[in-house]
Amino acid sequence: MNNSILVVVLASGVAYGTPLLFAALGELLAERSGVLNLGVEGMMLVGAVMGFWAVQRIGGPGGIALVLAVGVAALAGAAIALIHAFLVITLRASQIVSGLALTIFAGGAGLSSYLGNDLNLADAPARHAFQPVDVFGLQDAPVLGPIVFHQTALVYVSWVCVVAVALYLRQTRPGLNVRAVGESPQAADAVGINVARYRYAHTLAGGAFAGVGGACFSLALTPQWVDGLTGGAGWIAIALVIFAFWRPDLCLVGAYFFGAFQALPFALQARGVTVAPELFQALPYVMTVVVLVLVSSGIAKRRLGAPGALGLPYVREER
Amino acid sequence: MSQATDPGPTAAIACKGITKRFPGVIANEDVDFDARAGEVHALLGENGAGKSTLSNIFTGLYQPDEGELWLAGRRAVFQSPREAIAAGVGMVHQHFRLVEPFTVAENIMLGDHRDIGRSFRIHPREIERRVAEIAERYGLAVDPKARIWQLSVGEQQRVEILKALFREARVLILDEPTAVLTPQEASSLFVTLRAMAAEGRTVIFISHKLHEVKAVADRVTVLRGGRSVATVEAADATPQSLASLMVGREIEVNRRRERGGEIGAAVLEVVGVSAGGDRGLEALRDVSLTVRAGEIVGVAGVAGNGQRELAEAVTGLRPLTRGSVRVGDRVLRGGDPREAIRAGVAHVPEDRLHTAVAPSLSIGSNVVLKSYRGTTVTHGPMLLLKRIHDTAAHLIRSYDVKAPGTTTPARQLSGGNLQKVVLGREFSGEPRVLIAASPTRGLDIGAIETVHRYLREAADRGVAILLISEDLDEVLALADRVAVMYEGQIVGEVDAGSASVEEIGLLMAGGRAA
Repeated sequence: MNNSILVVVLASGVAYGTPLLFAALGELLAERSGVLNLGVEGMMLVGAVMGFWAVQRIGGPGGIALVLAVGVAALAGAAIALIHAFLVITLRASQIVSGLALTIFAGGAGLSSYLGNDLNLADAPARHAFQPVDVFGLQDAPVLGPIVFHQTALVYVSWVCVVAVALYLRQTRPGLNVRAVGESPQAADAVGINVARYRYAHTLAGGAFAGVGGACFSLALTPQWVDGLTGGAGWIAIALVIFAFWRPDLCLVGAYFFGAFQALPFALQARGVTVAPELFQALPYVMTVVVLVLVSSGIAKRRLGAPGALGLPYVREER
Repeated sequence: MSQATDPGPTAAIACKGITKRFPGVIANEDVDFDARAGEVHALLGENGAGKSTLSNIFTGLYQPDEGELWLAGRRAVFQSPREAIAAGVGMVHQHFRLVEPFTVAENIMLGDHRDIGRSFRIHPREIERRVAEIAERYGLAVDPKARIWQLSVGEQQRVEILKALFREARVLILDEPTAVLTPQEASSLFVTLRAMAAEGRTVIFISHKLHEVKAVADRVTVLRGGRSVATVEAADATPQSLASLMVGREIEVNRRRERGGEIGAAVLEVVGVSAGGDRGLEALRDVSLTVRAGEIVGVAGVAGNGQRELAEAVTGLRPLTRGSVRVGDRVLRGGDPREAIRAGVAHVPEDRLHTAVAPSLSIGSNVVLKSYRGTTVTHGPMLLLKRIHDTAAHLIRSYDVKAPGTTTPARQLSGGNLQKVVLGREFSGEPRVLIAASPTRGLDIGAIETVHRYLREAADRGVAILLISEDLDEVLALADRVAVMYEGQIVGEVDAGSASVEEIGLLMAGGRAA
């Protein structure tokens, strides 16, 4: 039963969906503060390469090296996000232009491939990689075993993050404040909430999540470094936030849906069915078009419940 | 005339010698002001007189360059809005500072760090209970669980007041609070303000409307050109005396228009027009009205009830979903501004800086913006710059525009001078119909007088004028007939000569209160 195509596709859908989930959670935090970050793809790639570099260079037991590597990936993603934050929050540059520029700057054939080549990371397998763990010894349980109880630690961490982000936004004071900043910075400013500080914090957190998402590729899915290894996952993550109506719980569902979609050709191939790979490889680019249309047409704002001030720089009314 | 008031023990909030400069402008100069506990104190002045700057200093948004701020007999220095709020100074801004998707309670607890506001988790139920208590005590009926976007503008204003009361504000500053209210809503606001004053709080009421100030305030401080020129007892003041303090000379208040010309045949006929709004909902529903030559028809209503959409529908900026617009004997195809211009429709839009002109272009370019396709200023594909200069120079002279020259960018003109340029351009096309949307919004009294004079003169020349304005006094002073809009419909039409403010106010509220 656990070898049926549905279970196989769902189980690897969870694995493939995890980088999307991390990146989408990060993007959700940034967007809820009113900052649209189209640089996710670039931040994921930088996270992937720096995480991989860390795991190759850090000695000691595998577990510690992996945890540190994820930390390095998060810092690397946050560092790129800092550029975006400075440009769009402090200098009030266009968020769309800055985000696109960052993806080009940091992404494939940019900073991440320079780092990867300069640090000689290509053509070597990872010294350590996240392996699926057998939770409660239930990995062979029918249906749920492979899907729920036989995943890497990153998957379980991502579940904790979904719950944490959902509770943070709904039930805590900083969560309330950040929603206010994203909906109406004027209202937040008038009651003494520091709009810029909240936007910086959440944009950086978003970058860190994207960096971890990137590390999922180089430390778990395909434990090695090749140029552009995320293959447009950042774009899917941004689209995911829109399709999930800016809700963390729906991000999880959406991430696994897209993950399963990506896992499908491999599962089919294993059964001797070949599908044109272009069909699946084109997905990120189709998503990019969809994202740009949705965020710039205003449909997202009116119909889907986007944060009211998404994409808009905040200027305190002065003469 | 400036009088030095001693901010004695009775002054709840006071300032002495406040000066605030911005690059190139002195917004406040040596302003003295004091408001006592238990009074409603009006801050009266024209636009640009320094009212907003002064209130921004009281609420910590700006720091004064010179002068002192006193709160209940003590020196106060506010580095930020948060410090002012903590010291008990609350502000209700003209454009509400509310988060639309949030509930009333969430808006009220936002940014509050006292008591349970310190905890990491939020407690909406507890806040809802407390808000309901305060709301009941002051008769400010709002449901604490309702979301802001579900509330009417009047209710949203009550939320702003509740927000200040929840933070135990001793001083509440309201910036032009009646601009968005019907006359009935305004009088119920005045009752609330009086009740707050009766409790010993201080209400500072910013306005440029003379009769309101008379109606609600105990004392009035008049600002002019950034200086405090006088503080008077409201009971002793008349609208005329306040107006002359505001502008520094004698002026006439709300003189009824005496018609100079005859009313002719119907020129503009709007028949059963419906049109969509910006948010996809229907903004105009089955609107019909007629304006005859030489007549001024006023359109009154609370902001956002379809007035802007009506102006855009008639001038071809907004496509019609049903109905027709006829000018003279031409039926306009909706959604084609050029056709409307050719039929003789002139437009003075609401947003004069961004819709009426191209702000970065010169006065000259803006003057010919609507007529460059004709032959007077062009030769084939070439613009005749000399002719453009002459046309603009002539306009500047005949409309008494204060501008350095014809090449000055439009954005550098003051509101009044910009409006003169717009009016001059629109009248130069010898229009048959003029659509004027809030033509005097944000102008000072002198400029308002001038704009009103131009409109009257145009009507006397036989132009059919549709005057859309939220300023009821303006509509009553200029119009022959008044149509009232509510939720995209015309809910009534009254004769301006015999209609009362109350009657129109009821129609503005949808006519349901009767």
